[in-house]
Amino acid sequence: MMWELIQANRRKSIFIFIGMGLLLILIGFTFGSFYEPESGGFLGIFFALMLWGILSMVSYFAGSKILLAVSGAKEVTKDVHPQLYNVVEEMRIAANLPHQPKIYIIADAAPNAFATGIKPENSAIAVTAGLLGTLNRDELQGVVAHEMSHIINRDVLVMTFAGMMLGAITLMAEVFTRSLWFGGGSRYKSKSSDKGGQAQIIILVLAIALAILGPIMAQLLYFAISRKREYLADASAVRLTRYPDGLASALEKISGSNLDLKTANKVTAPMYIINPLKKKGMQLSNVTSTHPPITERINILRSMTQGVNYANYQNAFNSVKGKTSGLIPQSGLTDSSKISLRDSELSQTSFETDKQVKREVGDLMMKLNDFLFINCTCGIKIKVPPDFKSSSVTCPKCGRIHNISH
Amino acid sequence: MTFFIVFIVIVVVIGFFFVSIYNSLVGLRNRVKNAWSQIDVQLKRRHDLIPNLIETVKGYMTHERQVMENITKYRSQAMDAGTVGEKAAAEGLLSGALGQLRVQVENYPDLKANQNFLALQEELTSTENKISFARQAYNDQVLFFNNKIQMFPSNIVAGMFSFKEEEFFEIEDKTEKAVPKVSFS
Repeated sequence: MMWELIQANRRKSIFIFIGMGLLLILIGFTFGSFYEPESGGFLGIFFALMLWGILSMVSYFAGSKILLAVSGAKEVTKDVHPQLYNVVEEMRIAANLPHQPKIYIIADAAPNAFATGIKPENSAIAVTAGLLGTLNRDELQGVVAHEMSHIINRDVLVMTFAGMMLGAITLMAEVFTRSLWFGGGSRYKSKSSDKGGQAQIIILVLAIALAILGPIMAQLLYFAISRKREYLADASAVRLTRYPDGLASALEKISGSNLDLKTANKVTAPMYIINPLKKKGMQLSNVTSTHPPITERINILRSMTQGVNYANYQNAFNSVKGKTSGLIPQSGLTDSSKISLRDSELSQTSFETDKQVKREVGDLMMKLNDFLFINCTCGIKIKVPPDFKSSSVTCPKCGRIHNISH
Repeated sequence: MTFFIVFIVIVVVIGFFFVSIYNSLVGLRNRVKNAWSQIDVQLKRRHDLIPNLIETVKGYMTHERQVMENITKYRSQAMDAGTVGEKAAAEGLLSGALGQLRVQVENYPDLKANQNFLALQEELTSTENKISFARQAYNDQVLFFNNKIQMFPSNIVAGMFSFKEEEFFEIEDKTEKAVPKVSFS
């Protein structure tokens, strides 16, 4: 069952988490000892943990708001995009969540999406206008299900604390190297003259090594958690929608787009469904990326033809990766309920031409900028700009007069 | 004296154990109830949408009176249904009738271009999806709850306070089971 999986999931991430914590403590101790050989080590640890604590507190209480603000997301009601609203509600029902996540749209033509919120009660899902324009209903459902899975698996919580640990380590290493270039060295010399220099030199070497390698190691650990959680979110998404092809073709479309998301940066990148900072032609090795290779994710999803529970995903994962790794904890695999796939429901006309996609995206941008949309009874759509002065507008086709209430 | 204290401690520990199992069973039963009410909400929503749909479609589909009469008829049957079984049967018929409408819409390009109809179609599609996802979530909960009732040691507590196994919500109609959907394209 999903609930047990969340528990097991949490336990597994804890190991990597502890690894990062130990690294943080080690760095704190070494840097502290470097400045103050007598008792500085413990002061350093204290300082490191404080730094992590403060960063975590800030992002715990304000992280969502900051992330949404930085990405330029705007909260929307159902009228702006009924289908998005409906799809989110469908996934909420499928996940049996009591609270509906808030829905945000980012006015950007690059297709992408992310979820945020430490607790499911105050979570939010943000998608770009480009995503809504490019994907059909099934694909949108797949993406929303993936984001909903991040929420129910408590990924945001884990990634926040791990991310802040990475931040604390990087910050400390930065400060240390700077201080070493600007005057830190002289202090070291004066101390080493009257004390046994041997130990001091060892600490210096260790500190420099940690300053260089620490952030890299922390980053690798952080990426390891991130990648694992992307796979898990895919697995949960498929279980929710019962339609792996939807998510698969959504990933194809998103990765096929050559538009860059303007508001994304290095810090917010791991939050998105697909790494928004992809550079053309850059196919770096696995360990240095926040997301699993997109083709692998698609291949796994495409080879799920037997069913959609976690065991099916694990099987597909094994056959694509060619190894038997325990991606999904045992308790998730005993999920006996055989859930069959469902068929596609291409109810919504998928936009074939570029022109239609652009029109759809353009409409959305207008809605986000407070344009008023009126559906006339004769079947056409009238778009009224927000600075329209008159209190009524006449339908250009049938001549009906619509009142505008500002 | 020592024996007495040990005895008290054991009784208290077992008592706590029982209480926690009892509480978790109550919690699970409430989840099942909540999941069931989700299905109910969506079924009601579907019934509410149908008059609007008929109203919009009526002007265009002049030749399909039979289809629309069927929809109206099954809708009122479904609304009157009392037991879970009756409900499932009536909803199955209603789904079938809506499916027929979907096929007929193909012949009316004007209707397919109508914005109001498109909006209504999205609502109906979504409601059908919500019904099927709610059913899935409900059955998940029921499975979990029933397992808990059958397994040791919670089965003892369940027996003492007569927790009963809940029924799965299955729909007879095969097509409905495979793909509960309405798509007008």
